[in-house]
Amino acid sequence: MTNAVSLTALEKVYQGSATPALDRVSLNVPVGTIYGLLGPNGAGKTTTIGICTTRVRATGGEAVVAGYSVREHPTAVRRIIGVAAQALTLDRSCTVRENIYFHCRYFGIGRHAARERTDELLERFRIADRASAMPMALSGGLAQRVQLARAIAHRPDVLFLDEPTAGLDPQSRLALWDLVRSLKADGITVVLTTHYMEEADQLCDRLAIIDHGRLLAEGTPAQLKSEAGGAAAIDLALSGERAEARNALRAIEGVQEIQDTERGLRILVTPERSGVPRVVAAVAPFGLTDLRVVDPSLETVFIALTGRDLRE
Amino acid sequence: MSKRPPNLFASILGLWSRDAAVLRREGLPFFLRVVANPLLTVFVFTYVLPRSGQQIPVAAGVTSFATVLVPGLVAVAMMFTAISAVALPLSIELGATREIEDRVLAPNPLATVPFAKICFGAFQGILSGALVFPILLILPATEVTVRVASWPMLVTMLLLASWTGAALGLFLGTAIRPQQIGLMFAIVLTPMVFLGCVYYPWASLSAIPWLQKVVLMNPLVYMAEGLRIALTPDVPHMSPLATILMLLLLAMTLSALGVRGFIRRVVD
Repeated sequence: MTNAVSLTALEKVYQGSATPALDRVSLNVPVGTIYGLLGPNGAGKTTTIGICTTRVRATGGEAVVAGYSVREHPTAVRRIIGVAAQALTLDRSCTVRENIYFHCRYFGIGRHAARERTDELLERFRIADRASAMPMALSGGLAQRVQLARAIAHRPDVLFLDEPTAGLDPQSRLALWDLVRSLKADGITVVLTTHYMEEADQLCDRLAIIDHGRLLAEGTPAQLKSEAGGAAAIDLALSGERAEARNALRAIEGVQEIQDTERGLRILVTPERSGVPRVVAAVAPFGLTDLRVVDPSLETVFIALTGRDLRE
Repeated sequence: MSKRPPNLFASILGLWSRDAAVLRREGLPFFLRVVANPLLTVFVFTYVLPRSGQQIPVAAGVTSFATVLVPGLVAVAMMFTAISAVALPLSIELGATREIEDRVLAPNPLATVPFAKICFGAFQGILSGALVFPILLILPATEVTVRVASWPMLVTMLLLASWTGAALGLFLGTAIRPQQIGLMFAIVLTPMVFLGCVYYPWASLSAIPWLQKVVLMNPLVYMAEGLRIALTPDVPHMSPLATILMLLLLAMTLSALGVRGFIRRVVD
């Protein structure tokens, strides 16, 4: 088995919704990788994870996790996956230690082994000093660490993390990245969702860019960046006539694409041939009020694919 | 990829241990919740009212009103505890916090968690019945005549009544949002108690025929009547078979509805 997760034309239409949350998505997650699903909120990332973790029923297509069809063998799938949800789903009536210990017990691990495993994880995730704390008393970063410890307590082969670093301060985020990398080193395949470009770029071995339930691109971060032609994006805020500004920009060498934005125009340019000054000179007569240059990165890949900024 | 074979029973034991740990931590509030109602009821009906000259008449052959109260209040305690034990936490766990997720993602059939909840809720129901029973025997200011007329009937009733209560709790817990819990007490539980043949045997309702028929929807009626058969056979009561069959039917129906509601809430 070379793929930890394999999706074929996966589709989900929620009841009462006209548009599909997931529209025929196909992708493969190779064993042993950190795989990122990148996209803005509402792109279909959480639905994808929900289907893979047996919590959401697909309305079409097929999802296979660690060789088991999610539809036909949900119990077998649950045995070999670990899940850390985006929201804090720690058991609020139980302490940190109990959260991990009882998780082991739910997976059929005996009392003695469960106690040992809990102690081991409390140490490894550096939460031993908060073992008796109740979840509500934890900071976001700490709570996320407990969730991660709990998610791998039964030694899963595939770990699903939904927005693991959303809302964390930069320091906690880096600490969590290190933990995720150490899990990969243990041989766990990690599938995570994110809307942070940096996280996708630095943490993930492969990425799937998803928007409006569709898979737009798939590959390693380096592949994706080179496929987009190494373009930089320049955001222009304009107060004047956009059509004329467009014409002026089209004449500049290296401009690949011009998109409308709320505040004005966005152009994708080949950076080495076209300097920012030339662009500024071209649009200055049309009421240029602000300008932002995004260097060639996953962010420009995303902009090129969707016509949108992840932050929008 | 070799993995430990699934062990359903070990997993259920884990779910029960978790509930037991939480119950231990909440021991005192649990005790107070269980005993407050019977203490006050006994105080008012067997001490305050008789002392102030408002004796409640009872049927011929029945020693005292306190005797009528024993099975009724044991039934109320069991039902209330079993319902609350399942419905209150479940409503929150299924709500915004989604705390139930970790248990649902254990490698078991989805009905496992609701099954374990019903069992543990029923256990708490029986526990509260056992706590309340001595209070009802010792504290009333008037004489109480209670004897176990039939052990098999008593055991059957304890099991069926607590199961029915817990199953109703599962059904309500999956159907009701946390904000509506107050409403659940007002429009479901309170009427059940007052129209549940707790303070009067079902036979005495023959004076009000329409009401005697309407209350047959109420599971508490069968719990109270069944316990009357087992504990206070001198008080008029229903036939044993009727109480057993009706509770069995209600418990199975509510369990099925509750499990279905649970699965609907946890899988999109």
